[in-house]
Amino acid sequence: MDCAPASETVYLPEGVRTAVKLLVVGPFAVGKTTFVGALSEIRPLRTEEVMTRAGALVDDLAGTRDKTTTTVALDFGRVTLGGTLVLYLFGAPGQRRFTGLWRDLTRGALGALVLADTRHLERSFDVMGMLEESELPYAVALNEFDGTPGYGLDEVREALDLLPSTPLLRCDARDRVSATETLIALVTHLLARTGEPEEA
Amino acid sequence: MTPPGRRPGERLVRSYVVTGGRSQPSCDTLDLVTLLIAADGPPPTAPDPEKRRLMELCRPGALSLAEVAGHLELPVSVTRVLVADLMDSGHLVTRAPVPSAGPPSDARFLREVLDGLRSRL
Repeated sequence: MDCAPASETVYLPEGVRTAVKLLVVGPFAVGKTTFVGALSEIRPLRTEEVMTRAGALVDDLAGTRDKTTTTVALDFGRVTLGGTLVLYLFGAPGQRRFTGLWRDLTRGALGALVLADTRHLERSFDVMGMLEESELPYAVALNEFDGTPGYGLDEVREALDLLPSTPLLRCDARDRVSATETLIALVTHLLARTGEPEEA
Repeated sequence: MTPPGRRPGERLVRSYVVTGGRSQPSCDTLDLVTLLIAADGPPPTAPDPEKRRLMELCRPGALSLAEVAGHLELPVSVTRVLVADLMDSGHLVTRAPVPSAGPPSDARFLREVLDGLRSRL
């Protein structure tokens, strides 16, 4: 089996020395992979972990592939910024049963973007709770689907019980410019929290 | 021909056989975005096939641990064990990511990310 990449463009540019990560989280089918794909300079990659129902990594041969295990997929991509820094975007389900993987993802992450669907806002509650427990700052973006109910942002903000400082915006996960603007809003928020001025 | 019920590319050997039954790497500082590159010098002598594939992948340039896992179609946990072994033996080296021990709100990196994103519009 030859899994070597077909092109050298998969490798990071020579000058890249620093890697940072942001998470793109939200419920199943909300558009996480689409969002990552709209921004990534490489074809988004997927890796899978076999987990027990309790969320621990499977570490023995006994009992795997039976009903006590499940597989969780991570989709991710990357954007090289400014020649020395690379930003990785990890699309991940925010589910309680994947706590081991969640710790791995949140460790060292700069922040998270929560993608939400106004038809099913309640499906984003769990992951927002997990981010708050992990003390990972986040912004919320409503991925607008055809036929999405036209709720006002104020109504959605109230329904999600967001802090006044938490950014809430609309985006189109398929569109590179919209996805970029959404990340800019997130990172502007993260920078504001540090108390540092936006311009160096 | 692919036997029925087996996806193309699916491994015949269980992932945990690959790591000799271990799931804990000898080095717990490896993050998903730790950048890896092959060290100068001769390749490992008689390594197992998974380590050989990993070294072949990493020889042309730097990749993150997550990307190595994705390209090799291995779970991150398994990849981490293989990478830790290859670092211990001096065949792989890292370019360190943002230190995970520090606060994740390093203003300098955030400003660099922000400037970089804005320049893409």
